[in-house]
Amino acid sequence: MLKQIEGSEAVAEAIALSRPEVVCAYPITPQTHIVEGVGRLVKSGRLENCEYINVESEFAALSVAIGASAAGARAYTATASQGLLFMAEAVYNAAGLGLPIVMTVGNRAIGAPINIWNDHTDSMAMKNAGWIQLHAETNQEAADLHIQAFKLAEALSLPVMVCMDGFILTHAFERVDLPSQDEVDAFLPPYDPVQLLDPADPCSIGAMVGPEAFTEVRYLAHHKQMEALTLIPEIAAEFGERFGRDSGGLVRPYRCEDAETIIVAMGSVNGTVKEVIDAMRDDGVKIGSVSICSFRPFPLIELRDVLEPALRIVCIEKSLAPGLGGVVASNIRMALRSLYRQVYTVIGGLGGRPIMRKSLHRVFELATAEALEDVTFLDLNWDVVNDQLARARETRRSGPIAENILKSLNPGLGR
Amino acid sequence: MTDDTALQRVKFYQTGTFTVGNRLLDPENRSVQASMERSNAITSGHRACQGCGEALGARYALDRAMQESNGELIAVNATGCLEVFTTPYPETSWQIPWLHSLFGNAPAVATGVAAALRVKGRDTTRVVAQGGDGGTVDIGFGCLSGMFERNDDVLYFCYDNEAYMNTGVQRSSATPPTARTATTPAVGPEPGNVFGTGKNLPVIAMAHGIPYVATATVADLHDLETKVAKAMSMRGARYIHILVPCPLGWGAASHDTIRLSRLAVKSGLFPLFEAEHGVISAVTKIRQRVPVEDYLRPQNRFAHLFKGDGDPERIAAIQRIADANIAGFGLVDEEAAAQ
Repeated sequence: MLKQIEGSEAVAEAIALSRPEVVCAYPITPQTHIVEGVGRLVKSGRLENCEYINVESEFAALSVAIGASAAGARAYTATASQGLLFMAEAVYNAAGLGLPIVMTVGNRAIGAPINIWNDHTDSMAMKNAGWIQLHAETNQEAADLHIQAFKLAEALSLPVMVCMDGFILTHAFERVDLPSQDEVDAFLPPYDPVQLLDPADPCSIGAMVGPEAFTEVRYLAHHKQMEALTLIPEIAAEFGERFGRDSGGLVRPYRCEDAETIIVAMGSVNGTVKEVIDAMRDDGVKIGSVSICSFRPFPLIELRDVLEPALRIVCIEKSLAPGLGGVVASNIRMALRSLYRQVYTVIGGLGGRPIMRKSLHRVFELATAEALEDVTFLDLNWDVVNDQLARARETRRSGPIAENILKSLNPGLGR
Repeated sequence: MTDDTALQRVKFYQTGTFTVGNRLLDPENRSVQASMERSNAITSGHRACQGCGEALGARYALDRAMQESNGELIAVNATGCLEVFTTPYPETSWQIPWLHSLFGNAPAVATGVAAALRVKGRDTTRVVAQGGDGGTVDIGFGCLSGMFERNDDVLYFCYDNEAYMNTGVQRSSATPPTARTATTPAVGPEPGNVFGTGKNLPVIAMAHGIPYVATATVADLHDLETKVAKAMSMRGARYIHILVPCPLGWGAASHDTIRLSRLAVKSGLFPLFEAEHGVISAVTKIRQRVPVEDYLRPQNRFAHLFKGDGDPERIAAIQRIADANIAGFGLVDEEAAAQ
């Protein structure tokens, strides 16, 4: 059914259609509307057979989901930013235990300085926790990915993180086509756990494992992710057949035929990227893009196949690895390890700064002229940066950086 | 109990001590530990130290909980000694379904298990969670308070040996003042742990108004089992705090585990009580009160209090804690005290 609906609300509806049996809720911007939405659906009786638990922290939220999943219930929670870091220990634990929990991450920056707006630093921090990590490009895809995520998680007995850009997607009202309960039920069978806390057949889950077996357990975690490389496209294809639209999969190329320059990005920024590509194609520039939907597992072969014909690659990244540059670019270089290709990193959209078509157009043009720096900070205000660098050189007690930057931006205000 | 549950024949090598229970009682009054048919939640052959109070406490508590739930029991365990010494595969000691996730989240994980059982309609299966004092009063405190506040259907056991024993005897917020640990060494002008304000978790649990709170020790098996049975007869959040001496961490003889538990009670340092919905419903009176020295002296962690001229001031301060407990909980009958 077509609805004009907020992204968070659409995800809440998709979650309800997936019939979770235990949902743990803890508020954090910009994810909060999702758990609020699921809460309304439970309380009103539309989502039946669901325990909705208000917990006292994100660490507890995922811990409750761990217990519920191990006891045989389909479990769901959602978080963002500081919340994802606060539950970090449980994030690794859920994956290590092989529990098919689904969690939404409403992508948001990490402090300090505290910032509630969108970037990808949170989910990037958990990229090696063992979860499958899917990134939604639109609200339609965010809704669809959640339904696919439960199927994927339960097929592999591995947790799945569905990432959607905070505010840009979570708070945007858009047209979303939500399937019927019958359609989802036919696609997603009830949860059949591979391990279960059952007095009739007792087992110990989470026992101490020493050097004699730890490597094998870790290898199998990797092996499952490799299996997901096959399963993700299969599930996306089945979803496409049943629901009549493309959502999910590993990567999504756009106008890459004969492209000399290919832009790589994750999430909602792909919409803007495609618009710029259309404009540049109109001007005769051979440029295309590829959207990475599955960041973990990282589709090395699929990306190599898409990127190999190009001369240069530009990664638009909403996170920064200080001291290195780009996380996505590092992974892309791994995909291209046997080839020589120029891989540029453009750090943009940090802490919610809008990524404008004009800015992208400028860096894409520099890239096609091979005049781009290896690492570029999109729309960086060099004046305030240089002010602060000078201040720090001149005065030992130069003060807190973030506050100095704000002062530079607003001269004459404050003390 | 299902037929599949492995039963281990109980060896009564401890006959003659107080630990196994009195087989001269009427059958209905006997402890589970006195029964040849007991389920043995934790089989022997685990890796606990000789004289480990936690191994005793956990077995006593869980065997009784198993009996009360007809064997339909799931245990969630915080990281700690109990988790480590019972689980290295393939020698897991657990005869019941058992889940270990992290150090600080056992109460929340148990909440999740309880939620799953409820939504699945598995009403006869019960959930217990357990941890040491570190996992309970320190790192797991937030999750525990949340579980209490929501009144989730979990019985939580804290096995309190008053320090982080698994990592090599470091101070926890359950460590008593003056006690020597690896992080409160017995050196300097005031050796051992500081006199803080204390963190009395049974009382904090009571303040949540949860259906049931109790304290117990491994010295009084009948008392411990009765409290477990009572807790299992209720639903909602329940908390039992069990004092479990640690011979290694306390610097005590392994054969003194039961004696020290009893002295902790008789000195007034560890009050035995029950509380329902935030109100104390029963206290165990001390029949034969002893000075705190009797409890402190056999433990090397307090040895600096008795070295040379001794440390009468700080011993007196500990005595004042015991006196306050006795007055506050009414642990000594006034008539008995007057005699």
